[in-house]
Amino acid sequence: MPISRRMTLNVSVKTLCCLGLLFSTFSHVQAYELTGYVSGEFRYSLSNSLYSEPEQHASSVAFYPEFYSEWDRGRQSLIISPFFRVDTQDVERTHLDFRELQWLLVKDSWELRVGMSKVFWGVTESQHLVDVINQTDLVENNDTEDKLGQPMINLSLFQNWGTVDLFMMPYFRERTFVGKNGRFRSALVVEKDAAKYESGAGQRHLDIAVRWSHSIGEWDIGLSHFYGTNREPLLLLNESGTALIPFYETMKQTGLDVQYTFQSWLWKLETIRRDTKSDTFTAFTGGVEYTFYNILDSNLDVGVLAEYLFDDRNSESLASFENDALFATRFTWNDEQSSELLFGLIHDLSSNDAGWNVEASRRIGNRWKVSLEARFYNIKDEESVLYPLRNDDYIQLEFMRYF
Amino acid sequence: MYKFLIVLMLTVTSLAVAETPEEKGFAIALETDNRDKGWQDSSAVMKMVLRNRHGQESVRQIRVVNLEMEGDGDKGLTVFDEPRDIKGTAFLSYSHALVADEQWIYLPALKRVKRISSSNKSGPFMGSEFAYEDISSFEIPKYNYLYLRDEVLDGIDCFVLELRPQYQYSGYTKSYVWVDKVEYRNQKVEYYDRKGSLLKVQRFTDYQLYLNQYWRAHTMTMDNKQNGKSTTLYWTNFKFKTGLTSADFKKNDLKRQR
Repeated sequence: MPISRRMTLNVSVKTLCCLGLLFSTFSHVQAYELTGYVSGEFRYSLSNSLYSEPEQHASSVAFYPEFYSEWDRGRQSLIISPFFRVDTQDVERTHLDFRELQWLLVKDSWELRVGMSKVFWGVTESQHLVDVINQTDLVENNDTEDKLGQPMINLSLFQNWGTVDLFMMPYFRERTFVGKNGRFRSALVVEKDAAKYESGAGQRHLDIAVRWSHSIGEWDIGLSHFYGTNREPLLLLNESGTALIPFYETMKQTGLDVQYTFQSWLWKLETIRRDTKSDTFTAFTGGVEYTFYNILDSNLDVGVLAEYLFDDRNSESLASFENDALFATRFTWNDEQSSELLFGLIHDLSSNDAGWNVEASRRIGNRWKVSLEARFYNIKDEESVLYPLRNDDYIQLEFMRYF
Repeated sequence: MYKFLIVLMLTVTSLAVAETPEEKGFAIALETDNRDKGWQDSSAVMKMVLRNRHGQESVRQIRVVNLEMEGDGDKGLTVFDEPRDIKGTAFLSYSHALVADEQWIYLPALKRVKRISSSNKSGPFMGSEFAYEDISSFEIPKYNYLYLRDEVLDGIDCFVLELRPQYQYSGYTKSYVWVDKVEYRNQKVEYYDRKGSLLKVQRFTDYQLYLNQYWRAHTMTMDNKQNGKSTTLYWTNFKFKTGLTSADFKKNDLKRQR
């Protein structure tokens, strides 16, 4: 068993025991529920892989239950939400994670969360610069939207002048990477278990973060600061030059996210200043979303989005979006089945490289949902970090059964 | 006794003065609004049944909590239990009479709270025949009022009013409202679309009295006369004055709704 996976499980089991102990001290359990889904996923890659010989067809199943219980008149609760996937193609994609394993205490002017948790910060759609609490679960989807559970103590304080969130994160989660038989890999595979750290404390570095957020009329604002291990590793060649090794630096990052909502317009901005040993840089994403409601007196809504992505970090091989634009259209039918369709295009304004994204979903009956995802890459720039993905176009169908 | 006499005198006086249809319509709306004041906060469970032309049904389970705001629109928190794929999705709204409402939605899969546009008044709520504007809080300045006539509806003496929306983005040119003369409760509403044709008919039934003052319809049916679909809301578990405050209607509260 790889070391890091064993460590992850160890931590999870320890946390679980602590929470279990805490849980059992409150004998007056008011209510509990078990919900979640099972899903089957089928992916077809349009071309053969450049680097390995996996089948163009791949399938996998996932199980994502959520146990929830509350007591003390709803002022205390426990969530246990493991995520488990079995993949036929890539052994690295077969994985278990506790997305949430969290005890929550709610008081009038504050809340306390202890355990593994998921947090989202930000407003933009194309990428999430300010959102740095949770590690990316990259084997789930290379769009970086899936996150691993993060061990934390989170205190939220509610004031008239906004909400202040304080975070202490005692343990670092390593990014997941596809294995040698997976798609979306580069010429060299990432040896995630050989990870190195700038800090001598390694995974046990105590990360801290603070965020202030507030809504004032049409404005929603968030200001955050993070000090700890950078969730985005540098990828270094190993000694024999046969694989890549993740190197996690320590970083300071200040982030600002703002949304201005006026009539059918949403104006969005996210900007960060990140300071690490290897580089100090600024990045931002800004844009607008406009929705045409009830097109031609039907129930169809059509939203159009445009965002500009900027990044001035030194090494082009690290920044995917240093001068890019996103154009997207979202169709929402507002029907019984909640049918939705999204078309997106990310265009690199410097190199003319582009990536197309299609996402569609629809409910079937009360318990089933089907979703379609397709990505097409047009990448010619050999310097780009996305260059290895040029043959990884795919179409994917997923069926989910909720319980 | 004196109170009764004063009320009687006022009633007689108001009858004696010739009222325009606008004044009478406004007075009836004001009385309807006044009779429903002072409930402070309320919570209820709603089962929504959608029926298409072929009679096929689909069901949504929703919980609704509201906070009465003095001199402003109510605050509301709506949480979805079914269908399961949207379980835990929560919707927070600060409604206002004439300026834009403030609205946020919580997407549990992403743990993301999103501020959303409130211009979508006429769009369907959860794929149903109820538009957002049909279920938003009633505020006097939202409409112009006109008293049309008295009419007996299913054996109930009613006033019939015409309401014309004064807020932006309404999907209606006008609606006709049947209000019963004894308790000032909505009995029926007819909605007319932007072209002026009859679009939907809403009926309110199974009224029950709470705290000796507040009438709540436990069944509301919306029949779409143009597409043949209908939606029925079945309300249960009404509770009032449970001690909720503005602190229970924060953007942050969306994240821990169940």
